[in-house]
Amino acid sequence: MVQFIAKRLMIFFPMLFIMSILAFALIQAPPGDYLTDYVAAQQAMGDFMSKDDEDALREQYGLNQGLHIQYMKWIWGVIHWDLGISLEFQMPVTQLLNERLLMTIVLIGFTIVFTWSLAVPIGIISAVKQYSIIDYFFTFLSYLGVGTPNFLLALIMMYIVLSQFGLNVTGLFSHEYIDAPWSFAKFVDMLKHIWVPMVILGTDGTARLTRIVRANVLDELTKPYVETARSKGLKEWKLILKYPVRLGLNPFVSTAGLELAQAFSGSLIVATVMSLPTIGPLLLRALLSQDMYMAGSLILITTVMVQIGVLISDIVLASMDPRIRMEA
Amino acid sequence: MTATRNPMPIDSTSAEEQLFVASQWKLVWLRFLRHRLAIVGAVFIIIFFLIAAFCEFLAPHDPLERYAKRAFMPIQRIHFFDGLKPTLPYVYEKVGSRDPVTLAMVFEDDKSTKYRIRYFVKGGEKQEYKFLGFIPSNRHLVGVEKLDEEKPMPLYLLGTDRMGRDQFSRIMFATRISMLIGLVGVALSLFLGLLLGGISGYRGGWADVIIQRVVEFFRAIPTIPLWLALAAAVPPEWSQIRLFFAMTIIISLLGWPRLAREVRGRFLAMRSEDFVTAARLYGTSEFVIIFRHMLPSFTSHIIAATTLSIPGFIIAETSLSFLGLGLRPPTLSYGVLLYEAQKLQTVAGAPWLLLPGLFVIVVVLCYNFMGDGLRDAADPYSHT
Repeated sequence: MVQFIAKRLMIFFPMLFIMSILAFALIQAPPGDYLTDYVAAQQAMGDFMSKDDEDALREQYGLNQGLHIQYMKWIWGVIHWDLGISLEFQMPVTQLLNERLLMTIVLIGFTIVFTWSLAVPIGIISAVKQYSIIDYFFTFLSYLGVGTPNFLLALIMMYIVLSQFGLNVTGLFSHEYIDAPWSFAKFVDMLKHIWVPMVILGTDGTARLTRIVRANVLDELTKPYVETARSKGLKEWKLILKYPVRLGLNPFVSTAGLELAQAFSGSLIVATVMSLPTIGPLLLRALLSQDMYMAGSLILITTVMVQIGVLISDIVLASMDPRIRMEA
Repeated sequence: MTATRNPMPIDSTSAEEQLFVASQWKLVWLRFLRHRLAIVGAVFIIIFFLIAAFCEFLAPHDPLERYAKRAFMPIQRIHFFDGLKPTLPYVYEKVGSRDPVTLAMVFEDDKSTKYRIRYFVKGGEKQEYKFLGFIPSNRHLVGVEKLDEEKPMPLYLLGTDRMGRDQFSRIMFATRISMLIGLVGVALSLFLGLLLGGISGYRGGWADVIIQRVVEFFRAIPTIPLWLALAAAVPPEWSQIRLFFAMTIIISLLGWPRLAREVRGRFLAMRSEDFVTAARLYGTSEFVIIFRHMLPSFTSHIIAATTLSIPGFIIAETSLSFLGLGLRPPTLSYGVLLYEAQKLQTVAGAPWLLLPGLFVIVVVLCYNFMGDGLRDAADPYSHT
């Protein structure tokens, strides 16, 4: 087990390094450096910056030095949770980020629990009752779920809720709680709102996982050991849950990490459409206003978060399944 | 339709014998025909490509023609009955007025003005086009007579957007770009996937290790933030055509790992097959082994995997353009059209703006159906 974790970490850190390089390349991509844009933005707002101030800032970000120094300064800041100042909001990026980061993690967590608790039973039922009406119904639903882009589903659902019930389901909190400090009442309020984005985000993953579980259980169901157990007089449901399902879930659990990355990706766009207080809208605004310094930092943080999630799920998996430990 | 034609003769012994001697492609085709949903999907995909090819002919309007007085006009119903009497299809003129309370435009049918729908009508000057790319024409499938030369033709089958542009025509033109994005994107991905997956699976060794690491890397990063970032890095002053290719490259850059894995898996499985070993022992060159012996035996699998990956490209482009980071007007794609429906308030007032989304769903579903059918048919020798 220790060996497995060590090996996994050996992949993890180079991955982080490559990602940080990519994110840095992104910051450097637009013509001109970060500060030129900043000064231009300041001037546009009628706030002229003296040459000295500009030089001081240039020094601070290391813009007059080589790329590698700039990279080091930037990454040093990221490690110390100092992401500079957002041009648009005129406040430290981390201040904008803290709450949103938490909400993102909460939302993804809810989504994954929702996805699993729905996909596993549906997949099993579809497999056991293959070619029944239930199976066809869920097959149809899962095709539809995979075929509908997340953001479109969000728009359609929001429109239906608005036109039928007159409710606006954007955001995660009611008005009175948006800026309120955390309390039990605020938590309850969040639960009242979070299910809509949760269902929307989870649809795609549920649909895909249902198919996987169904196929895996179907494969197992035709194996001789099932026949043996049945002839021994084991109750059908007990038999199915005890053997084929356990085996059928195996490949499914191994995609958990990738599922996390997917859910995260999806949440960015859905969050923008539903104006949720997560990282998504922040990242999009940074990208649209070409605030690359903030965008690069956000992308690095989000990819690292996903990597940590994948790492944890891999380690959990390995502790559950000896075959995975052996493979690595 | 091809589905209804029974490909096998009635005499069963000769049918069986024919199956024994049938080529692999014939077997694949026969099995594909058994998958009914796949046939439906394939027919729809063909229809979509026909729309893409003939969008100028199908669109009654110039998709960019604005007419502010008809902004947010709802879907115009086509009437087939005059009272109870069936008649040639016609539409009513819609007259807009401002709601005194909400100040929004409200359109109502003006029952006194009727327009009969005409076929193969001549369009305006701006609507001249080259049929199939070389036959100059100005005929359009449907239209109505113009009573007022100043105004655009009053036929709006799927309503109008905020500038009074005809949504039906816009969807027709958007189909062209969206279908094209799927094809070009998959072509690029397939090239990368075949090349890298092939090297990885056939060569093995250190090349395999490196390529597999890269593939894993691409699979483990969340795609959308990277897409967004790359798309945002495209300079805003780029021309439409350059932007189009930049978009396809960005999308395919993150789509190839899946195909590469598929190709690699096939090569690995094939490498130890007897006929490959035999060819190698015989002294056949590597080039011939790969292209003459190995590739044909899994081409059907690659085609299936390729078809199944096309929807991903279409959804990616739609998402990016929807957020305003992908293609930009005047280029039209489903995503560009949906950009208009970004705000809930807009959608609440003009729900027909969501219709391009319906087209996306149908295209994606049909590609998936077709791909599933192809995948099931790809190995005609298995007995399932």
